[in-house]
Amino acid sequence: MNIVVCVKQTADTAATITVDGGKVSWGDTPLVLNPWDEFAVEEALRLREAHGGNVTAITVGPESAVEALRSALAMGADAAVRVEDIELSGADSLVVSAVLAAAIAKFEEVDLVLFGREAVDSNTGILSTQVARRLGWPSMPLVAAVHALDAGSGVVEVERMLSEGRQRVRASLPAVISVVKEINEPRYASFMGIRKASRVEVPVWTIGELSLGDIEPGVAWLPPEAAEEADVDCEFIEAEDPLEAARKLVKRLREEKVI
Amino acid sequence: MEFKLSSEHDMIRKMVADFAAKEVAPTIAEWDRKQEMAPDILPKMADQGLLGICLPVKYGGQGMDYISLGLASEELEYVDTSLRVVLSVHTGLCCLTLLQWGTDEQKKEFLPAIATGELIGGGAFSEPNAGSDFAAIRMTAKRDGDDFILNGEKMWISLSTKADVAVVTTRSMLDAEKSHEGLTCFLVDLHSKGVTTGDIHGKLGVRAGSTGWIAMQDVRVPARNMIGEEGEGFKITMSAFDNGRYTVAAGATGLIRASLDASVAYASERETFGKPISHHQLVQAKIAKMHLDYEIARLLYLKAGWKKNVGLRNTLETSRAKQFATNASYEAATEAVQIHGGYGFSDEYPVERFLRNSKGAVIYEGSNEIQSLIQAGYALGTRRDKPLRCELPAYDEESWLEE
Repeated sequence: MNIVVCVKQTADTAATITVDGGKVSWGDTPLVLNPWDEFAVEEALRLREAHGGNVTAITVGPESAVEALRSALAMGADAAVRVEDIELSGADSLVVSAVLAAAIAKFEEVDLVLFGREAVDSNTGILSTQVARRLGWPSMPLVAAVHALDAGSGVVEVERMLSEGRQRVRASLPAVISVVKEINEPRYASFMGIRKASRVEVPVWTIGELSLGDIEPGVAWLPPEAAEEADVDCEFIEAEDPLEAARKLVKRLREEKVI
Repeated sequence: MEFKLSSEHDMIRKMVADFAAKEVAPTIAEWDRKQEMAPDILPKMADQGLLGICLPVKYGGQGMDYISLGLASEELEYVDTSLRVVLSVHTGLCCLTLLQWGTDEQKKEFLPAIATGELIGGGAFSEPNAGSDFAAIRMTAKRDGDDFILNGEKMWISLSTKADVAVVTTRSMLDAEKSHEGLTCFLVDLHSKGVTTGDIHGKLGVRAGSTGWIAMQDVRVPARNMIGEEGEGFKITMSAFDNGRYTVAAGATGLIRASLDASVAYASERETFGKPISHHQLVQAKIAKMHLDYEIARLLYLKAGWKKNVGLRNTLETSRAKQFATNASYEAATEAVQIHGGYGFSDEYPVERFLRNSKGAVIYEGSNEIQSLIQAGYALGTRRDKPLRCELPAYDEESWLEE
């Protein structure tokens, strides 16, 4: 069972984000493995424990992103690869999905690709489906449980968590899934994993090495602006009953020219 | 000179911080109020490999270095002192004493079960009438054939009711010329006939921990459990403190940081006179001091850890680190309570627990007054390190990782 986990290095959600002149900063707080990706790495490790095989973590990012890969290795991933993203400034998930799909195609025989449900910085949640589409593989996002995985018959069965309820889906391998936090409890790094992670030389692939065509981003990111500080005044409508309160509220809204 | 931790160290620090934050922090206030140690702490720490962090793999440890022990201590005490106390006594006082003074046979026989956490270890040194004046201890060990018979009482022993074994210092040579020359250490099975233990309640701090007494009445200990040679007990105990004390120093550093973080968070939110109190200069002065003290404490314990790594005697460095960090953590916690105002006086916020916990460390593991005497001895030249028959082994990655 060859499993690939796509991970991203993001800011720590506990960091204080500031925006100044279109530039985002999270101060000195170190970058982390995208929290949702921890669940994906954990699920990959559990599937390896149940079915054998190996787990490779891959990221598209700058040199610092190797720390996110080390986190995955410290948890127990067998190998890691970084794709250098220096030529990808301004890239959106359309571009990144092309890079990831080309990178995954370079591996021999991948059975399953896992993603966390979304990255905490871009929050698009569509990368896994875009990668699947480019590879021509089934995409099953928002997986809360993997019920069956059979490399022999080439089938995976999962349970997806949707707002309407739970959905059981069966698909042929290879397939791409993204996972939600209900799927498992990520393990801590182990000392053995930490030792291995700190020693491994993570190979770096460049965009040039991947067979990519010309990909244009579908989205142009505008420079972020700090939201204006709002002066908030809170007025309570006092009334004897809901009907009177509604009448008073409508009157106030009219006075304020809101309606 | 490289002033950087390795990426391995960074990952260890992060792992321990995550572990303590998820496994302990959510319920620590509750256990502290109950004055009980949560029953899952020791098994969880054992499972994670923390209890044998800096022991060689062939003795059941994780093969990390002494700096890793310090980093883990800092992160554990950031959440609560009771967690770090486990490392201090199990890993510091018990395991490292065996590593330093045990024979090869003793290390093979005793260490693996303790390093893995299958057995919990402790250190039983002080007595109701003997703490700082350690040479005045009264517990006796009398030879009887192939065994020694132990009688006496130990007090203020962390994990006394939880430990399976302990390094115990006794008086075995009643006719020794000087009282400190008649002491001998043993590794004692605390489940032996004649051993009774009990918890001490009503402590000012470390209430979520386990501190108690151990009484021995005619306890039979095999002579092959003697650690070191007869009469070496004082030296062995003092070198055990070099290790326990190091974890106290590192832990207190974490406590300074916990007080600092709590103060920064509160001061950024609480407003007086129309602005967050972090804008007021007297509050800023308190926070700046904690910030500086944290860095000083950190540098001191890391240097002590580095000396252990390279196999250099570190009694002076450990003494300085312990004294500075524990005094600074007491001040930091006091000011953290002050910054929190009335709310600092309530256990709704963690800072009162930090203050109560911090007071213990200025007393135990060699009171800070004793630390002054140690340091004065070095400064005046009246105290010189003589080589010990057994030194704490320098960290050697290759042999530490051998199976």
